[in-house]
Amino acid sequence: MSDNLIEIRDLSFAYGRKLVLKGINLTAHRGQVIAIMGNSGCGKTTLLRLIGGALKPTSGSLLVDGVDIGRLDQDALYRLRRRMGMLFQFGALFTDMSVFENVAFQLREHTDLPEEMIRDLVFMKLNAVGLRGAHELMPSELSGGMARRVALARSIALDPMLIIYDEPFAGLDPISLGVTGNLIRRLTDTLGMTSIVVTHDVQESLKMVDYVYFVSEGVIVAQGTPAEIKASDLPYVHQFVHGEENGPVPFHYPAPDYALDLGLAA
Amino acid sequence: MIEALIENVRGIGRRTIDRVWRMGVAAHFFVLVFLHSGPSFRRFHLIIREIFSAGVLSLIIILVSGLFVGMVLGLQGYETLQTYGAEESLGVLVSLSLVRELGPVVAALLFASRAGSAITAEIGLMKATEQIAAMEMMAVDPIARVVAPRFWGAVISMPLLAALFSAMGVLGGYLVGVVLIGVDAGSFWSQMQAAVDFKEDVLNGVIKSVVFGVAITIIALFEGYDAPPTAEGVSRATTRTVVTSSLAILGLDFVLTAFMFRGV
Repeated sequence: MSDNLIEIRDLSFAYGRKLVLKGINLTAHRGQVIAIMGNSGCGKTTLLRLIGGALKPTSGSLLVDGVDIGRLDQDALYRLRRRMGMLFQFGALFTDMSVFENVAFQLREHTDLPEEMIRDLVFMKLNAVGLRGAHELMPSELSGGMARRVALARSIALDPMLIIYDEPFAGLDPISLGVTGNLIRRLTDTLGMTSIVVTHDVQESLKMVDYVYFVSEGVIVAQGTPAEIKASDLPYVHQFVHGEENGPVPFHYPAPDYALDLGLAA
Repeated sequence: MIEALIENVRGIGRRTIDRVWRMGVAAHFFVLVFLHSGPSFRRFHLIIREIFSAGVLSLIIILVSGLFVGMVLGLQGYETLQTYGAEESLGVLVSLSLVRELGPVVAALLFASRAGSAITAEIGLMKATEQIAAMEMMAVDPIARVVAPRFWGAVISMPLLAALFSAMGVLGGYLVGVVLIGVDAGSFWSQMQAAVDFKEDVLNGVIKSVVFGVAITIIALFEGYDAPPTAEGVSRATTRTVVTSSLAILGLDFVLTAFMFRGV
């Protein structure tokens, strides 16, 4: 068994003719929490969807647990996905089911476990995210942070080897933010999983990840441990980590001369 | 001028190709739903849930409309029949109009606006809130888990609702014709019994309502599944479901009637 759960080599991806990812190389060791950062529209969600097998690479290889996910047929992909979890940006809980049924969903779909065992497993997963007491609530009764935690409990229902998180911190208050960050770290360690976190929340993610990749305009522009990233003097990383308005990523969308647009040009 | 004309012609061509393309995609979707129906029959409680939300929840509107349509038929029918001294045949008029035409068609139109729109909105919103994508990521096929049970639930509900609509209509006709106006109850029922043929009338009505049920449901499911994942996209898809399936019902009704009552 290779030490690398995910190995991406020279991966490119295009929507039609528009090249979104260009020659990505990325490795995730087992047991690590990896962050993929970058500004909006840089291609990081596309990268996530490629890892999940929702999209197929245009070129290059993407190995998940030694299997090239781009070459799998639907049955093989679904078999692999049973060992993967994904946390969507706003949880994507099934709104017609209670919290309990949401977490039980995969157990019911993929196993023949007796009802008592499903109940115990669901309570264990809900307890891990601190929401055992909320099992009877409907998703509409949950706050954003709670919904995210239920979704997390749902994605670990089958003890996956890998969880991918799409913007797990978006729209959370500071308390929920810290709670979610800690949970990701703790669950990864205790369940022996690997986590890939796509985020632009620098401060929260640098506290808990093992390694960071920065994506900008479809290429990886920087990578390193959180300490290396904080100390980096690359202009893009510096702008991103410190949230500066101007730098390699300009504030202004490309436009003709301002004076010209206002009709002030001589 | 010429360019504008060419551009217009191009636009018509583009839209036509788009429509035809979409019909192809919808047909493919229909086949997929059939192929993935196995699991929903093995877990029949999934279908029962959908029979509840599409069928049982549509009961009120179907029953009340049926009653009123029957009452109006009673009034109008009596008016006309009376001029020929044939008011005893009111039962025949009411029951045949309902069983052959109004039952299946009006129930289907109501079903399209009540249940069809709900199905489209639900599936469209499930897609917009990434629930469908989440299901795929959990290695659960959404066509088998979400779409197929809704399809069968609605297709099973439709003929039952049409039958209830007709039954309520007959009751409405009886209330107005016999109880209110005073047509003889004996001839009302016996003429009805003699004139309504099980195969020619009842069975053909059932066949119609099954066909309408399939058409409405597949349009509703496809529009929802195909809706752009935005508020505007879902609202447009819901409107399209009601419009397209209403037109489909009326068009199919003509075709089916032409085939069924050819020799009569």
